[in-house]
Amino acid sequence: MSAERIATTDREFEPRLSLRKRLGMLFGLLSAVAIAIGLVTLEVLIADVIHDGWRALSWDFLTSYPSRRPEQAGIRSALVGTFYILILVGLIAFPLGVAAAIYLEEFAPKNRLTATIEINLSNLAAVPSIVYGLLGLGVFVRTFMLGRSLLAGALTLSLLVLPIIIIASREALRAVPPSIREAGLALGASHWQTVRLFVLPAALPGILTGTILALARAIGETAPLITIGALTYVAFTPKSLFDPFTVLPIQIFNWISRPQPAFHERAAAGIIVLLAVLLLFNGLAIFLRARLQRRIRF
Amino acid sequence: MTSESTPAQLATSIDRREWVERVLTGTQRIDRIRRVRERTILTFLFLAALISIATTIGIIYTLGIETVRFFQRVSIVDFLTDTQWTPLFTEKHFGIWPLLTATILVSVIAMLIALPIGLLSAIGLAEYAPDRVARVVKPVLEILAGVPTVVYGYFALLFVTPLLQRFIPQLEVFNALSAGLVMGIMIVPLVASLSEDAMRAVPQSLREGAYALGATKLEVVWRVVVPSSLSGIVAAFILAVSRAVGETMIVAIAMGQVPRLTLNPLVAMETMTAYIVQVSLGDTPHGTLEYQTIFAVGTTLFVITMALNLLSYRFLKRFREVYE
Repeated sequence: MSAERIATTDREFEPRLSLRKRLGMLFGLLSAVAIAIGLVTLEVLIADVIHDGWRALSWDFLTSYPSRRPEQAGIRSALVGTFYILILVGLIAFPLGVAAAIYLEEFAPKNRLTATIEINLSNLAAVPSIVYGLLGLGVFVRTFMLGRSLLAGALTLSLLVLPIIIIASREALRAVPPSIREAGLALGASHWQTVRLFVLPAALPGILTGTILALARAIGETAPLITIGALTYVAFTPKSLFDPFTVLPIQIFNWISRPQPAFHERAAAGIIVLLAVLLLFNGLAIFLRARLQRRIRF
Repeated sequence: MTSESTPAQLATSIDRREWVERVLTGTQRIDRIRRVRERTILTFLFLAALISIATTIGIIYTLGIETVRFFQRVSIVDFLTDTQWTPLFTEKHFGIWPLLTATILVSVIAMLIALPIGLLSAIGLAEYAPDRVARVVKPVLEILAGVPTVVYGYFALLFVTPLLQRFIPQLEVFNALSAGLVMGIMIVPLVASLSEDAMRAVPQSLREGAYALGATKLEVVWRVVVPSSLSGIVAAFILAVSRAVGETMIVAIAMGQVPRLTLNPLVAMETMTAYIVQVSLGDTPHGTLEYQTIFAVGTTLFVITMALNLLSYRFLKRFREVYE
């Protein structure tokens, strides 16, 4: 190692620190711009919808049935349909989803079947919603002969949100520390008693939050319901589980696909109502999480 | 009965041995009831978990049976080689390519938006933004993912297209460009949140090691964090593609229903999902060829998305194994 060689490496070593730092700052700025694009689009979208639709919003709009005349058209049947779908999906999907999550997280042996269920779940969560529509059309509408009914729609959407509820509930269960389970078992409780009395209550905030978000997803879905053949023009409210129905997103879609601008205004007003409902749900989820989490501390 | 019991107590009570026995059998009976009840509950839980398998079997069966019927009437070679898709016309052609091309084109446009913006947002949130900023921005970004797709359809058709028409006069009312752009924005939160999770899982010690060697923040991000979390990021990208391929309402509203084979994003086209919607809106009787076409198209869609989902799952699994 000669002195000359060291001198060469010394000359070759250029930290260029200020340049590299400046590049870094530039990149940080770029990432801020990327985040801003998402946020600004959201704002523009909401502003656009409100700008287009606020004039059509009125009490009459909420309580009238759809009509051929845009100035009289309302969302009564759609609102009622969305409400029924919400209740039914909640009743069907919540118990099944939580049960499946408890099995997979607390009881399932580590074997091939469990591994298959896991892969299957992650695939199902990403299957396009319209494929669930085809499933509902083939199974519920045709095979079970439920027709284009409220029940067929609710069952289809339940299958659609089930993976979401299962995945969220499992995460909530996983977050409960093992010491809670060990304490329960040490007190002489059986495995199931431990889960029901100690683990489940602790995981409940997470499970409820996940369920509410899944239900929000269900009321925003359009494609699967169109596929099973939910009607786009319904001037009545369903009286039983086997009646035809419509929901808010389908009514909105129907108005968007008409050429008259007056109907587009109705669509925008419908979107405002839909977004308001979803906002309510998200708010509820956040509130529940904060409220229930405070009570349970480990 | 304890050892402290006086002989008198023992004398007045039943024989100690018998007493112990009764306690034991009694408990056993309660135990047995409890065990039976818990086994019933466990069976119910297990069945609930099996529903997911049943759903997949149901999808494959429903799609499969109608697709088989479809291919009994239409040759599979025509389906894969014909360049026209006109099942609703008198002169029928059943080539999937126009629908497939439209699906791929709009997905590519969406990915060109979603991947860079999503990845940059993830880097910004995971590495640059202070924690309290990230805590506020993240939920707001998630709202983007929660907006119903029919709303995005409205936005694409009635806001983005008229806006773009000011700069591109030859842009048709229905086109792949607006649909793709809006779909890209819709997918940003998916890419961002999954990539961010992957980056946050990279151990802090790796970053500190790089800093100790004199790396700047940018170099830490690009040479350490991103490569270390690459399989997680790739998994997010693949899942995003799957999401774009299966997206329905945006394309059904804003991209039109003209099945034609072109790569021009300025004109109306029809994706696979939009075709299913188009047929579903009409009153198509069960058993007709039109009815069967939507299942054949649905099968194509399901196979593509499932392949992507499983691929993504493998990447994610590999990534998780490294750091857990």
